[in-house]
Amino acid sequence: MNVALGIDLGSTTTKAVMLDEDERVLGRGITNSRSNYDLAAQIARDEAFVGARFELLRRELNDDAFCKRLEARFRRRQHLSQLARLRETAMRETESERVARIATPLRERLERIFDDMETDAHRRLVAPKGSDFFRDLANSAFSAAATRYADRDVTFEDLMSVFDKAIIQVENTRLDLTFESNIRAALADCGGDDAQARAVDRVVATELNVIGTIGTGYGRQRLPFPKDSIRSEILCHGLGAHHMFPRTATVLDIGGQDTKAIQVDKNGIVTSFQMNDRCAAGCGRYLGYIADEMSMGVHELGPMAMQSTRRVKITSTCTVFAGAELRDRLTMGQRREDILAGLHRAIILRAMALLARSGGIDEEFTFTGGVANNEAAVSALRELVRENYGERTINISPSSIYTGALGAALFALRDARNRRAAA
Amino acid sequence: MSESAHKEPSQLRQKQMIADHFARLARAKQDGKKVVYTFVPGNLTELFHAFGVLPVYPEINALQSGMRQKSGAYIAEAEKLGHSEDVCTYVKCDIGMLKSGNIGPTGEPLPEPDLLVLSYTGCFTFMKWFELLKEEYDCPVVMLHVPYQGDGRITDSMRRYVVDQLRTELIPALESITGTRYDEARLQEALALSARAEDDLVAVLESAKHRPSPIDAYFGGVYYIGPIFTAFRGTQAAVDYYRDLRAEVEDRIAKGLGPVTPDGVLTEEKYRLVVEGPPNWTSFREFWKMFYDEGAVVVASTYTKVGGVYDNGFRHDPERPLETLADYCHGCYTNLNLPTRVEMLARYVRDYDADGLLINSVKSCNSFSAGQLLILREVEKRTGKAATFIETDLVDPRYFSAANVKNRIESYLQMVDQKRRAA
Ligand code: SF4
Repeated sequence: MNVALGIDLGSTTTKAVMLDEDERVLGRGITNSRSNYDLAAQIARDEAFVGARFELLRRELNDDAFCKRLEARFRRRQHLSQLARLRETAMRETESERVARIATPLRERLERIFDDMETDAHRRLVAPKGSDFFRDLANSAFSAAATRYADRDVTFEDLMSVFDKAIIQVENTRLDLTFESNIRAALADCGGDDAQARAVDRVVATELNVIGTIGTGYGRQRLPFPKDSIRSEILCHGLGAHHMFPRTATVLDIGGQDTKAIQVDKNGIVTSFQMNDRCAAGCGRYLGYIADEMSMGVHELGPMAMQSTRRVKITSTCTVFAGAELRDRLTMGQRREDILAGLHRAIILRAMALLARSGGIDEEFTFTGGVANNEAAVSALRELVRENYGERTINISPSSIYTGALGAALFALRDARNRRAAA
Repeated sequence: MSESAHKEPSQLRQKQMIADHFARLARAKQDGKKVVYTFVPGNLTELFHAFGVLPVYPEINALQSGMRQKSGAYIAEAEKLGHSEDVCTYVKCDIGMLKSGNIGPTGEPLPEPDLLVLSYTGCFTFMKWFELLKEEYDCPVVMLHVPYQGDGRITDSMRRYVVDQLRTELIPALESITGTRYDEARLQEALALSARAEDDLVAVLESAKHRPSPIDAYFGGVYYIGPIFTAFRGTQAAVDYYRDLRAEVEDRIAKGLGPVTPDGVLTEEKYRLVVEGPPNWTSFREFWKMFYDEGAVVVASTYTKVGGVYDNGFRHDPERPLETLADYCHGCYTNLNLPTRVEMLARYVRDYDADGLLINSVKSCNSFSAGQLLILREVEKRTGKAATFIETDLVDPRYFSAANVKNRIESYLQMVDQKRRAA
């Protein structure tokens, strides 16, 4: 079957979306953007292929519960295979000159750590709110185990330093995690019947023929694509948002490095846009710095801000001075919850200015980008939209992080159609 | 600019003319010449020629310093002296240069002024700038008050008001520093030469109505306006330069050639744009290349009208020497009200058959920037063509984010593309 791919190379994550010829989403993939953009794009793409085959299987079987179980098994196998690779790499690291002095006890502790990690892989994978990234999952599991096994001979730092070296290598190799090579074992794990096995065979045999790929995003220039296969993320966000919510007229995207206010027509075509200037004030990165400064995770900021009872008024969203601003406020005796509430509102105020400049907020309004997952940001946005424009429908999709990649995939599909029509 | 940059013969000649002028300035005191510092908008160069006085244009020094990568250090120098970050960077660059020994952009020392002449008061910064220079040089200052064209026209009383100031303030000041009497015949001679050069300049700028355009009316345009907006208007050298430039351009039209850019001749004209606002000087070539890479040609720009606007048919008129100078002072681009600017830009989009309007909003200059978003919306509405907004600065290298600017230009052009396809 013919499919089209969109790849969005963002500053923090790289996303891929695969569409079938009816513009329906088949699969999605996401990974950390790393120094090697090619690889990040490859991994996200591989993930989208896996997702697509599961979607095909769902269409074959019409049995959601079973497919869910099967997918969980499959993910677990994937995870274990990555873990095995990590163990292998870590063991190789113990042969280095640097740790020769403690090589034996180090190896022995590592074996125990990895054994533990394998044992509770399942628990880790089903944990709610856990990260999707192998790196994050492995990191928290490894450091928890390392705390248990570290002692005077082999310190926690010794162990973590091996982990850090190994994880980078694992992250920077493509693993054999395809649907084809893991699905049969996963099926056996679930005790699938013959009909299910035949469906799996049919899905494996289905050829996914990529008729077009478009790259977009912050790092799009770095993709090894010809120029006509690269599209601005502004256009992609506009079209992607239109696909998710066809009545969208205005789109706000707050990503890691930039904020964009986009107006689209009824076909999802961008008619005007504004984006932040060179400075990253008020973008996702700003929240990242604030989180670092508070030694919290970025995802914890929103919930804490929601606890605020007396919002502090903050006007500067300068990323460079984020830390200073925060420390000043804390010294003035203001509560963290209230400061955070103020910070979220300040970010949204900046976005409101961009929206105004792009032509205002029309019905309907779609909010995308990483910050759209932050409840405090969303609540500030709702409030300010109401104050400035009255009632507006505000759309936020749970898969809003894929908006750019979705738009890119749509462009890929349309370009392929045009090529065919021209031929 | 690197040595390998492609240049037109006229451009090399222009460079030589400017170098000669700076050399003349360096020798001014030895040669017993008097020097006046004045600004580009609505300048009174013919009058200075009539007195044999040499003009220095501080903004030109600043932009030249910007192009030669010297402005960053000069600005830092001025900020050290207490000029805030928000002050127009032309001013800070000039003050910094002065404090660093007043060596001009070509490496030759600049002579001290015998007189400071302000002939355009639309920019308040100019007054403050000369106030600062007066502190340094302790020379006489003449500040003409030039009324704003608030109603979009120059009335008789406005004209008389400025002519009176020329008669009672500027001419006596020039007489007193030079010890010569005002000779109207000499002024008329210079004005006649101006008009001839102006006719040819207008022909050159309007050549961009051809497809493909033989010139880039913004990036190339700033070279074309160099002589006429500075020391050469009203001289035979300018007449010769513009005659030859026109011939050169007509030859390009005959051959069907596109504009010469530092990266080569633009062979495929994919987009025709109108640009509002000054260029960025510190990354001038990089900025130009962003257009060149996309096949975008600027067919009309308002920056090439900063010294004076000839579009409405204005030419210096030897028959009305002082009145014509007064009209010129009133007529510079930033002295036009917003409706006139909108009208001018909308006309450019139509007459030059452009794909849309791009505004480069520079942080430094309120004379340009105030109201630009309004202009954008209005031109969009009147022409039905897409418009966009980018933000840089004149000579502050800190305010040019290549990735951001490139992203916006690309996104804009892709948007134009989409619009065309939908049409
Ligand atoms: S503010 Fe604008 S017009 Fe005034 S001096 Fe600066 S650049 Fe020139």
